[in-house]
Amino acid sequence: MLENYIPIIVLFGIAIVLAIILMSLSRLLGPYRPNKNKLNPYESGMDPVGQAKERYSIGFYLVAMEFIVFDLEVIFLYPWAVGFLDLGLEAFFAMTIFIVILFIGLWYTLKIGTLDFSMKPTLANR
Amino acid sequence: MAEAEVNSYLVLGISLFMLLNSAALTVYAERRIASFIQNRVGPNRVGPFGLFQPLADVVKLLLKEDVTPIHSYRFIHTIAPIIPVVTALMTIAVIPFGEGIYVTDINAGVLYLLAVASLGVYGVTLAGWASNSKYSLLGGLRAAAQMVSYELPLGMALASVVLFVGSLSVVDVAASQEYWWYLFLNPLGAIIFIIAAFAESNRTPFDLVEAEQELVGGFHTEYSSMKFGMFFLAEYMHVVINSMLITTFFFGSYHLPFAGYWLPEMSPLAKAILDVLVFTAKTIFFIFVFIWVRWTIPRFKYNQVMNLGWSKLLPLSILNFFVIAAILFALNAA
Amino acid sequence: MATYAFVLLAVLAIATALGIVLNKNTVNSVLLLVLNLLSVAGLYLLLQAQFLAIIQVVIYAGAIMVLFLFVIMLLNVDDEESLFDKFRIRYLLAFLLVVVVFGQILYSLGGVAEMLPEISPEMAQVGTVEAVSEVMYTNYLIPFEMTAILLTAAVVGALLIAQFKIKKDEEDE
Repeated sequence: MLENYIPIIVLFGIAIVLAIILMSLSRLLGPYRPNKNKLNPYESGMDPVGQAKERYSIGFYLVAMEFIVFDLEVIFLYPWAVGFLDLGLEAFFAMTIFIVILFIGLWYTLKIGTLDFSMKPTLANR
Repeated sequence: MAEAEVNSYLVLGISLFMLLNSAALTVYAERRIASFIQNRVGPNRVGPFGLFQPLADVVKLLLKEDVTPIHSYRFIHTIAPIIPVVTALMTIAVIPFGEGIYVTDINAGVLYLLAVASLGVYGVTLAGWASNSKYSLLGGLRAAAQMVSYELPLGMALASVVLFVGSLSVVDVAASQEYWWYLFLNPLGAIIFIIAAFAESNRTPFDLVEAEQELVGGFHTEYSSMKFGMFFLAEYMHVVINSMLITTFFFGSYHLPFAGYWLPEMSPLAKAILDVLVFTAKTIFFIFVFIWVRWTIPRFKYNQVMNLGWSKLLPLSILNFFVIAAILFALNAA
Repeated sequence: MATYAFVLLAVLAIATALGIVLNKNTVNSVLLLVLNLLSVAGLYLLLQAQFLAIIQVVIYAGAIMVLFLFVIMLLNVDDEESLFDKFRIRYLLAFLLVVVVFGQILYSLGGVAEMLPEISPEMAQVGTVEAVSEVMYTNYLIPFEMTAILLTAAVVGALLIAQFKIKKDEEDE
């Protein structure tokens, strides 16, 4: 069983070596003549204003948070999907309850509008 | 093990080679098809029909200067392009190209695909963050939020396929479509999967990540030379790989439609050749669809993308999963 | 072969864990944590727990670390000053504590010299998805349903915290 994973590890090794070779090739073959203007980050031809370490919308954080929760839900569904015919009615009801509870969470999220990136006022940012 | 099984390292080598080449060919195809759609000529100078254009592009990229902007995190800026290339290459390990023609068959193959896809988020996010450019940062953030959001419908659509198969092995998924493709049994799942696959590979209409009118180049604004080339390569490899995944999960993998009913017995060699040809043909078709859509449909706004993902596709995919489960359960009980 | 793989993965796990703590750049630490979680997934694989290994990658490396990354990018943490510069007494205490804990670990490991157990084919079956599904929805049904409630609570909590901040900002204006 474990030997099935050996090709994956081999592939991982090949992929990393290939990527590093490609990257170092351009470093070796290409010229390297940096100057101050060339190294400036692009800002439409102007001198860059400040650092690009701006604070950004909390919405992105909430997306990541929601993602963890629903990713877990998806992962929990997989083992059930594999054997749901053998697991019987009890497990089916258990899964129904599970899905309903998580749907409440999703409904709440959508209702309150935290994942809404349009600038309209929602319950969350009003 | 079955006799038809081909040495996995042979498959690994050939498929890696084909994947890298197909990415280059896809670039060429994209430019030719785009020029056809826009009524232009397109690249036709290098070699016959301009076929060597990708080669020339690679040489050009290799000879360009590799610039890292000041105040960027040099280490992360350097390793970020490696991540999407590696994750794209890792995917082929579990895809069956024909009966018994696969690199490896693992017990949790479908989840492995999800795992690899979820690791791909780091490449764009870190690239955007490490570049010290506002465009890059916004592009990287958008990319991360978008890829993460569409991973959920993707996962749910795959789960609804798993209901039919009763196994997480991708080889089993492919083999079980001998009679009925899952496109016919699970059409909603197929549509959700295709949309999510487009979003995952950051292609139009979901290419907010590099929306050039507002974000210049998105997360790869500050990348040049082969570092940019790797993002470029990874994008096209993702197109190829997502086409393979759509084929594998919903369009019968290496089976012709309803092949189990009418396809006569064949010698193993003829069957293997037919399988690989069918699989390749379907993959090429979906690569064409990816390109076709890119030059036909305009881009969404960001709030539309998030809205589609969270309030339409995710509930729909969960409902689809649940309804299919209920029907299969009722059929089994009856 | 398995022993070599174990030693390699264990060393990688410990080295990346040390790297997380010692690295001054928080984003580097996050990347090292991803590597650390991947090597732990490798360890699970060595114990034939395939399902768990892949879940480890999907959930921890793929989902939770993305949240960490977002938070760190959101908080905009600059390079942390070196721990060695200040809090010398605390540093000393921490070092002593580490020595004590490390000694305990070594002591407890001393009893089990042959670290990798022999895994019979029947035991290997426990790690497959089918085996997990058999027990998860029967024996462990209540914890499973509790997870749903916990997750929903997490969603609501996260949203509430985020909203609270937005409202407070408005009062400041």
